[in-house]
Amino acid sequence: MALLEVENLRIELTTRDGTAPVIDDLSFTLEAEETLSFVGESGCGKSMTALALMGLLPEGIGRVAGGHIRFNGEELTTATPARLREIRGNDISMIFQEPMTSLNPVFTVGEQIAEVLRAHQGLSRSAAWDQAVELLDAVRIPNPKGRAGDYPFQMSGGQRQRAMIAIALACQPKILIADEPTTALDVTVQAQIFDLLRDLRRQTGTSIIMITHDMGAVAEMAERMIVMYAGRQAEIGPVEQIIDHARHPYTQGLISCVPHIQAVLTDDRPDLVEVPGIVPSLREFGKDQCLFASRCAHVTQTCLDARPPQKAFSAGQIADCWHAEAF
Amino acid sequence: MSDKPIIIEDETPKAQSPFSEAWGMFRRNHAALVALFVLAVIVFMAIFGPLLYPTDPFEMVWAPFSPPGQEGFLLGTDYLGRDLLAMVINGAKVSLLIGLAAALVSIFIGVSIGALAGFYRGWVEELLMRITEFFQVLPTLLFSMVIVALFGASLPMITLAIGIVSWTAVARITRSEFLRIRELEYVMAARACGVSNTRLMFGVILPNALPPIIVQSALMVGSAILFEAGLSFLGLTDPNVVSWGQIIGSNRQYILDASYTVTIPGVAIFITVLAISLVGDGLNDALNPKLRQR
Repeated sequence: MALLEVENLRIELTTRDGTAPVIDDLSFTLEAEETLSFVGESGCGKSMTALALMGLLPEGIGRVAGGHIRFNGEELTTATPARLREIRGNDISMIFQEPMTSLNPVFTVGEQIAEVLRAHQGLSRSAAWDQAVELLDAVRIPNPKGRAGDYPFQMSGGQRQRAMIAIALACQPKILIADEPTTALDVTVQAQIFDLLRDLRRQTGTSIIMITHDMGAVAEMAERMIVMYAGRQAEIGPVEQIIDHARHPYTQGLISCVPHIQAVLTDDRPDLVEVPGIVPSLREFGKDQCLFASRCAHVTQTCLDARPPQKAFSAGQIADCWHAEAF
Repeated sequence: MSDKPIIIEDETPKAQSPFSEAWGMFRRNHAALVALFVLAVIVFMAIFGPLLYPTDPFEMVWAPFSPPGQEGFLLGTDYLGRDLLAMVINGAKVSLLIGLAAALVSIFIGVSIGALAGFYRGWVEELLMRITEFFQVLPTLLFSMVIVALFGASLPMITLAIGIVSWTAVARITRSEFLRIRELEYVMAARACGVSNTRLMFGVILPNALPPIIVQSALMVGSAILFEAGLSFLGLTDPNVVSWGQIIGSNRQYILDASYTVTIPGVAIFITVLAISLVGDGLNDALNPKLRQR
């Protein structure tokens, strides 16, 4: 049994124009000690998926309209708020995009880590503090003993993201959801954070769900990836295979706009190409057609008439495109 | 150790806690600093004055209406021949205590209601804010007089009455801060760590909402002292304790013949409330992040 199973998940957002499915029929599994990456532009439903897994959809606006989320076989879509609170931080935890604002400014970093340990594991004040210092050391913050007493504003962006990771890993969760963990950081720090996440995964066996729009990060971090477009899965499969041979024009577009992701620059891809156009607005979501059609160079009448079926290829690669075999 | 990057850190200025930073800002406001000193003197007097000047404020010590500075009484005597200095010294304690306690009562009510309304939104907010508005439009003096008249003029009841009529501002400030802070990312991050709603409210959001609440509370101590003086002036006070307002109230018939009996406690109230307001102003400077960078 997979650690996490998501089956036909549908999430609806209530907007002024009615309800729109921000996640439409999404299914995937996550194995233990695996890194799975969600890729896509802004507004494709990556973060919504993460929030849904945590049971943190915006109250009164978003709701799970159908499907299942099973963690270790336990259904999460119908779990009580108390049970979800127990799972959050303990079994599934999350780090956010903006390390500058995701730490509480009025408490020291050590206090914030210790707080989680005390809440979930019932440690004493001093034991929790000692472990907080150890965690800061584990995420490679120099002089952890001294820095534990620092307030977030005294730390740099990279250090704060490390502190966030320390909080997220405090209770040794089974799954760590990283929502664009390096977007706000500069490139050298990004590399350090990726190194750190990889090492920590090796040491603790935590599965990681990484949400990003950076194909380079995916190639570096993940074994499998899901490309999301307009709330739907566009393509899913092993990272290397998809980068090597993407079956969905959107995936191809995402790959071709990153320099040097393929080892050799071939003649048929001399320039960096961008994907023209923008993600359709929420009102378009849920239509029975290929939502990428308006931006696709290979569009045919079929694409506009019906939603593309899932076409399976070798090694579990699945592409939602009418013409997947042709690519 | 081997694969750890060696990071050389330059010497950053020693970690400054939010408290010491606030004190640094407070110190720059000279008026507030003087006011804090004055307030400290008043508080010292309220606590140790009765020991240093042990005259009983209820005892007739001399002929009535002996003016200040004569017959050996620094502030003179009132219409019953009681020592005004002893009364002012003993009254300080009661006035300050009522001011402080009433402010605490209204902070407790205001913060609870504001926090619940701002955190839960929806019908909870709707209901609580309508209740707040109801209390806001009541004539405060009249309402507190009714409470005191109905339940008796004891110190706890007076404190409660003042607290009950003055919590609305705190509730509104707390609610607006909660509405702002609950949407911030670190609150979401705390939720993602499985923090319970109660802890979110009082352990995560409230500490960040405190600065404006503290400033408002400081000002409220001042207005509560004034309020108590007003009630005492109207005779709604415990006759067995001395407070500044009560001295004014009991001497008010002789305001033309012996104006000092009213002026002296009045000045005491004035100085105290002014000092508290200035300290509140200094706290505003110290705790307002927008002013911090200047």
